[in-house]
Amino acid sequence: MTPLSALIRRDIKIALRVGGGALIGVLFFLTVVVLMPFAVGPDLALLARLGPAILWLGALLASLLTLDRLFMADHEDGSLDLITMSRTPLELACAAKALAHWLAAGLPLIVATPVLGLLLNLDMVATGAVALTLLAGTPALTFTGMIGAALAVTLHRGGLLMAVLVLPLSIPVLIFGVAASQAAIVGPMTFGAPFSILCALSLVSLVIGPFAAAASLKHGLD
Amino acid sequence: MSLIDLANPTRFLALSARVLPWLAAATAILFAIGLYLSALAPDDYQQGATVKIMFIHVPNAWLSMFVWGVMSIASLGTLVWRHPLADVAAKAAAPIGAAFTFLALLTGSLWGRPMWGTYWEWDARLTSVLILFLMYLGLMALWRAVEDPSRAARAAAVLTLVGALNLPIIKFSVDWWNTLHQPASVMRMGGSTLDKSFLIPLLVMAVAFTLLFVTLHLAAMRNEILRRRVRSLQMMQASRVAFSGDVSTGSRQENASTGAA
Repeated sequence: MTPLSALIRRDIKIALRVGGGALIGVLFFLTVVVLMPFAVGPDLALLARLGPAILWLGALLASLLTLDRLFMADHEDGSLDLITMSRTPLELACAAKALAHWLAAGLPLIVATPVLGLLLNLDMVATGAVALTLLAGTPALTFTGMIGAALAVTLHRGGLLMAVLVLPLSIPVLIFGVAASQAAIVGPMTFGAPFSILCALSLVSLVIGPFAAAASLKHGLD
Repeated sequence: MSLIDLANPTRFLALSARVLPWLAAATAILFAIGLYLSALAPDDYQQGATVKIMFIHVPNAWLSMFVWGVMSIASLGTLVWRHPLADVAAKAAAPIGAAFTFLALLTGSLWGRPMWGTYWEWDARLTSVLILFLMYLGLMALWRAVEDPSRAARAAAVLTLVGALNLPIIKFSVDWWNTLHQPASVMRMGGSTLDKSFLIPLLVMAVAFTLLFVTLHLAAMRNEILRRRVRSLQMMQASRVAFSGDVSTGSRQENASTGAA
């Protein structure tokens, strides 16, 4: 087993076991979506129109808020120092950790989307479109949010400050994710253009995220 | 004297003390000329006198992006050479950049009131400048949240560079989002080339505002260096007080023990 796959397996195990808290993200997602009808009223037509936006906002908040602990737990028990000092490049190790986090915390959000779409009166096509855009877009959220998580661990400070710093960076993902879902539901544009830009954003953050996170870990942990 | 010598904080303080009065004077003179020329500029046939807001608005908008560029260069200095003066430059630039961004937003919305009939329009440019403003505020919050300045500097440097990479992407996506939602309802200013009677005052004002930034930035950097020196002196004094307090309690205990004996 290579070090990277070992790291991924370990992170997924820790996240899914007692004390890991990856599935709390799904619960948070569910709660946010359930709160929405109380704010805008139980008007099914309106909810169907706002549905993709609500689902995207919920997924955005859920995936960013669970990221807070990405490096923190490893820092507390000392394993982050081992990862930093190991022969594997820190950038790759960061990418592996983010991938594990996405598998443990991001994929369940997408699995939960059809159920929540039912609550928001979305039809089959709309739910499928939202789930597909989330599948393409949430890696970007995880890899961008990882920068915030790395800053949080070097500054010993998480929570609101990190959310304030990272949320503006996720605006493009939100724009194209919602636009692609809306394009599939009501038109008039094609689904392809915003969706491919969304994929491009994910790929770009796949490159930038690990490097920025590794830089802030290298410079901050001393 | 090479650029490396300038990086010494003491030399920087000496040199900037000599340069600052001249810079301030040049800024004041250019502002006088620029404002005079702006006042003389003819009214626009469509926008009337409100077109003159442009002479303040455009330089502010340009500086709001320019300052982020300056901070990015300083951040490279922080991360690559770990130089404290680069930290100081990045930290001092953030509030000034935020102020320019805020002024650009404010003048933009004042211009929008007579032109669009509303103070705020989710126009692509206004929106992306607003996001830039939020990022400046977040960066300032980061600087304020951490006590150790060099630790805060490295975190802020990473964030500044990520922001510099992301800002064009944000700008592009906001443009795209805007055209999707309101096709061409907003008048475009860049469509027609600017007349010379507008261009010259605008350029003078742009240079004046840039000089204003350089002046304010140098002054803020001096303040920050002095503030750090005061901080380290205070900490030295505090440790000395704590140490002497230790000694006195020790001697008192000694006295007590000898008294008991």
